[in-house]
Amino acid sequence: MKRRFKADRFLVQRMGISLIALAAILTVVPIIGLFGYIIAKGAPAISWEFLTTMPSNGMRAGGILPAIVGTFYLTLGTAVLSVPLGIAAAIYLAEYAKENWVTRLIRIAIINLAGIPSVVYGLFGLGLFVLFLKFGTSILSASLTLSIMTLPVIISAAEEALRAVPQSFRTVSISLGGTRWQTIRKIILPQALPGIMTGVILGLERAAGETAPILFTGAAFFLPRLPGSPLDATMALPYHLFVISTQVPEMPIQIQYGTALVLIVFVLGMNLIATFIRSRARAKRQW
Amino acid sequence: MAAIKIIVQNLSLQYSDGTESLRDINLDIPANNITVLFGPAGGGKSSLLRCLNRLNDLTEVQTITGKILLDGENILDPKTDVIALRRRVGMVFARPVVLPMSIRQNLTYGLELAGEKHKSKLEEAVERSLKLAALWEEVKDRLEEAAVALSGGQQQRLCLARVLANQPEVILLDEPTSGLDPISTGKVEAALQELKKNYTIILVPHSVQQAARTADFAAFFLQGELVEAAEGKEIFTHPKEKRTEDYVEGRFG
Amino acid sequence: MDKSPNWRETFVTAIVKTCGYSAVVFVILIFFFLLRQGLPALFEVKLGDLFTTRWYPIENHFGILPLLTGSLVVTVGAMLIAIPFGIGTAVFLAEIAPRWMREILKPLVELLGGIPSVVLGFLGILLLSPFLRVFLNLPTGLTALAGALLLGAIAIPTTVSIAEDALDSVPQGYREGALALGATKWQTIWRVTLPAARSGVLTALMLGVGRTIGETMAVMMVTGNAPVMAIKLTSILSPVRTMTATIAAEMGEVANGSTHYHVLFLIGLILFLISLAVNITASSVIFKSRKRAERVLS
Repeated sequence: MKRRFKADRFLVQRMGISLIALAAILTVVPIIGLFGYIIAKGAPAISWEFLTTMPSNGMRAGGILPAIVGTFYLTLGTAVLSVPLGIAAAIYLAEYAKENWVTRLIRIAIINLAGIPSVVYGLFGLGLFVLFLKFGTSILSASLTLSIMTLPVIISAAEEALRAVPQSFRTVSISLGGTRWQTIRKIILPQALPGIMTGVILGLERAAGETAPILFTGAAFFLPRLPGSPLDATMALPYHLFVISTQVPEMPIQIQYGTALVLIVFVLGMNLIATFIRSRARAKRQW
Repeated sequence: MAAIKIIVQNLSLQYSDGTESLRDINLDIPANNITVLFGPAGGGKSSLLRCLNRLNDLTEVQTITGKILLDGENILDPKTDVIALRRRVGMVFARPVVLPMSIRQNLTYGLELAGEKHKSKLEEAVERSLKLAALWEEVKDRLEEAAVALSGGQQQRLCLARVLANQPEVILLDEPTSGLDPISTGKVEAALQELKKNYTIILVPHSVQQAARTADFAAFFLQGELVEAAEGKEIFTHPKEKRTEDYVEGRFG
Repeated sequence: MDKSPNWRETFVTAIVKTCGYSAVVFVILIFFFLLRQGLPALFEVKLGDLFTTRWYPIENHFGILPLLTGSLVVTVGAMLIAIPFGIGTAVFLAEIAPRWMREILKPLVELLGGIPSVVLGFLGILLLSPFLRVFLNLPTGLTALAGALLLGAIAIPTTVSIAEDALDSVPQGYREGALALGATKWQTIWRVTLPAARSGVLTALMLGVGRTIGETMAVMMVTGNAPVMAIKLTSILSPVRTMTATIAAEMGEVANGSTHYHVLFLIGLILFLISLAVNITASSVIFKSRKRAERVLS
């Protein structure tokens, strides 16, 4: 009787752990396969010409330069607003805010901003920037929309980085006659910078890959020239991939895979940079 | 009796979370002497220390009443320039906290905050303060190295030097040798004996032995109350209060 | 010398504080603009007509029930995928896998979260839906199931990452205690570790699901976009259309200020309110567990 009970116990254990391992394998293997597949299929399409020329023949030939440049501009434009605003907000939360209902309200707002569907950001951008402020369908409108979407990511990451700086540095700096802002500028910010940068890049990475928020705010279906001002509409890699994989008949499959690969490299390249900054900063850290 | 530098009058303090507090403290602190605040943990020594340079502004204090007169001026007055006050009243903490920069930058940090830009003045401050803290010989050739590379004892003397670079009038030390070995402790104590000629020193020691070794004047704190204050020789050999005697002789705490 | 650090300090504090409040301002602004453009729909279309089963804007049929059920069926499907696979992977990484394996696999799973959803949609069109069509012998592979599978993949990185953190922060003593009492490793996981990490794992799921409700591009590309009621069990194998996809697909072609335009904003408002509800619930769980941790610490 006792022996059977024991055997059952271990049978259950073996089955349970096998199931969990199976779930993990079924999750991880497709991810590896996915990356491998896109690289294998997309690499043959990549050439200097593909990266540096305009699309031709209704996008069925030529390169994807305007989409690459457009995504670059959009990412840059997003950074211009969201980085200073996000870091300042994080400084407020980490260094100035007291624990009261206003602060709780701000935190709830940040969590909610992070959860709002990207297409709703698109609607908001259309309503506020494109129509109400009359920026039109433009890089400016799209960047502003993406900025607000990116803001919660940057705030959360930067706040965490600021809080990770030991409290004792603040106490010492204040005790030596530093003001609060001097302490932040000379000690806290430099020490938190790698962490903040990592968060900023991860936030911008998300912005670079988004399609829905730019659909009605700045993305152009086909525009065989580079945007000349922030008030021009622009092509962008994610939207371009959407267009050529669903809207253009008889699209050569190779160009589609090539575009997907360029987009992934663009986005995951940023991810790689962030990881690199983080690990280097950890090795150099003096606390 | 030496001139009085600081007068604490009817000081009471209560933290909002109800932990440590001070009750009606009256204490005169003489200039150019080492005054030791001692007693069991949680007695209010550190709280008093942090009042003397308004560092407890950083903690959420519920109520603070009474006066602290520094050269006759009440520093608890809301109109006090706390930045200037903290330059006059420097502080060394229990754990050595070097800032994440070079040895030289640690020393010039306070002066640069105050807007000092003259290279020669900064140079002069570095050398003077390191000599006062008995660290000059050990680090004079490696001023550009990261301060964290120093040993614990050296770090604590660097912290002392960093305070001295600001040219304060009063130096507060909160168990400055609690993490140090006996040799480093000896060096710090020797430096303090030298420093008291020019500075007013207030020390929270990490043991009764250290209190007895270093004190010119001493004040015994118990559960937020000042039990007894007297000259060092007096209080450690003939305490007036039974509670002081019990503590000094090691019966509790 | 700095002559007046005081006004500088006041100035900086004011700027930083304003930026700190910006998140609240943006949430209010978003809500306001959705209301402004979405509320007119309630006057232009009778409430009874909104809650019908026919979405055919060209003939002024604005029944949003097919879109609601479409979103629902795809989201529920995604949950059914994300819960077992997400939690399973998190448990595997936190409790079973050796350290080196975890160091490789966790970043890999998080990398999946970095892939733009349009790329997943692209692969969904080219690989997943043809596979489903042949494998399940369907007229088309562009179905709710394809959408659910992709959304599951999108929810998994968030779920795994947060759930693994929660499991990892369960004190080692709990596991050792259970093992010392003679529990098997499996019993320890099932009866001790998972329940101890309950609130964190729940948060992970909610935030994962939160991402799926709002996901647009991948869903629009693979679900076939047929606005039909998805209320039968077989609906999972037929084309559906979600709320997000409807906005994305139709907003580009409507006239500003038309009824159709207002209804699309109304749908956006509904999505906004759903995400608000999900996130406030999730964050109250986070706040509660943080309070509990503070109690334990003090």
